[in-house]
Amino acid sequence: MSRKVLGKRIFFIVSLFIIAGILSILFVRASDQPEGKKHSGKDQEQHEDWEEFVMEEEYNAGQSIIEHILDSHEWHIIDYKGADGKQHHVSIPLPIILYHEGKLYAFWSSKLQHGSYEGFSIAHEGKNKGKIICDNKHSNKNTEASTLPIDLSITKNVLAIFISGFILCIIFITIARTYKKRKSEAPKGLQSLLEPIILFIRDNIARSSIGEEKYERYMPYLLTLFFFILFSNLFGLFPFFPGGANVTGNIAVTGVMAVFTFLITCFSGNRNYWQHIINSPSVPWWMKFPLPLMPIIELLGTLTKPFVLMVRLFANMIAGHIVILGFISLIFIFGNINIYLGYGVSVLSIFFVIFISLLEILLAFIQAYIFTLLSALYFGMATEEHD
Amino acid sequence: MELVNPGIGLIFWMTLAFAILLFILGKYAWKPIMKILKDREEHIEKSLHAADLAKEEMKTMEFNNEQLLKQAKSDRDVILREARKIKESIIEEARIKANIEVDRIIENAKERIENEKMAAMTELKNQIAQLAIEVAEKILKKELSGEQKQQDYIKQIIDKAQLN
Repeated sequence: MSRKVLGKRIFFIVSLFIIAGILSILFVRASDQPEGKKHSGKDQEQHEDWEEFVMEEEYNAGQSIIEHILDSHEWHIIDYKGADGKQHHVSIPLPIILYHEGKLYAFWSSKLQHGSYEGFSIAHEGKNKGKIICDNKHSNKNTEASTLPIDLSITKNVLAIFISGFILCIIFITIARTYKKRKSEAPKGLQSLLEPIILFIRDNIARSSIGEEKYERYMPYLLTLFFFILFSNLFGLFPFFPGGANVTGNIAVTGVMAVFTFLITCFSGNRNYWQHIINSPSVPWWMKFPLPLMPIIELLGTLTKPFVLMVRLFANMIAGHIVILGFISLIFIFGNINIYLGYGVSVLSIFFVIFISLLEILLAFIQAYIFTLLSALYFGMATEEHD
Repeated sequence: MELVNPGIGLIFWMTLAFAILLFILGKYAWKPIMKILKDREEHIEKSLHAADLAKEEMKTMEFNNEQLLKQAKSDRDVILREARKIKESIIEEARIKANIEVDRIIENAKERIENEKMAAMTELKNQIAQLAIEVAEKILKKELSGEQKQQDYIKQIIDKAQLN
């Protein structure tokens, strides 16, 4: 009886969260729209109001979507039209760290909001669009119009990585403490929520693909990988501040994780693994002349595996985000034609956004699982013992 | 394409953050969690094994108890049977003894009665004899009171004797 009630309550809370999440996606994405105008229109004085903007300027869905899924130097929250009739741009400023011509620069991104600071500015056009460029007015070495400094800024995605890492640390160190306190007792609370996942990774991913003897060495990496991807995926779906950053839909992030997997695979590869790559005994000798084709293919294979890992996670996450944003954009595209048509389409769009969001939650788990499983499989291949 | 063009800053921070995360979680979370999970599994396995053993032991104990109970039951039966036998034999013996005793008592009684009877008879005879003597004496006294009568009687007796 009480379990039933609890189940209902959990279902209610979860559905509330989902609805709130979807509404907030709508809300934030909707209120984000003037940003597109802001970036396209260089002139800061050119503040038209929202209605005018909708009526007069063409809404560029593609540009808006891409801006939302890319990394950014500030954490944009909301744009609104103040009582003075001006557009207000609310965002969390993030630290910008640049290394340029032997010097280290650090300042807040709010300084770049209105043009350039110490010669640095965010490019709004061209091939370096969105990146920080130096206009080289102060420099006498460079003759080019603008150069790219090495950008080590704490961008939106970097901050999101830190946040999800921090939350992971808090959650799992707390759980570890609970485990220590409740040795050989039944799990409780958060522990019992996450224990099945930990056990699943251990038994169904690590044990089955690496093997009984060696799986323990890879467990910390696999667990960290799984939970980092899962949390980042889920945070990416949540539209407000701690979430909303498209972390796992960024090729740099997935690439780094793929490189970790690749390096661990290489370093844990035993003699058999390398022998099979470089000089496989199952390849007949005449295949090795005049060109050792198989080693080249095998070496390429070791590289394509992490490459595929990188692209799969990146593409899946970014595709989900694009689809959700696409449905939201539909409202504004139709709203451009006729404001009432936009309201009408919003009903349909919300329905599809809900559907895709639920799909995305599923995908968040599946992608974390696949990345972890494939990593484990590669480790298993590298450490496999042949007789 | 910005989408597939990774930024150097993000790569740098991601590598750093991920390595630190791996280290911290590996040291302070996964290691104790995995160890305790393993310990717990071993503990559970051991406990289950112990429970199985205990069950087995219980079974044997139960079997023993049953055996013991059976033994006790049969023992009790034997004892009861024997007791019954003994009781019967005692009763029988008692009956025989009692019969003998009764016979003896009856015999005694009979004998005593006989004796008493005899004594009574003797007494009676004696009394009768006494009485007879007394009566005879009294009659004689009466008959032979007076000289004359004595004379007559003597004469009578002499007469009779003379006749003989």
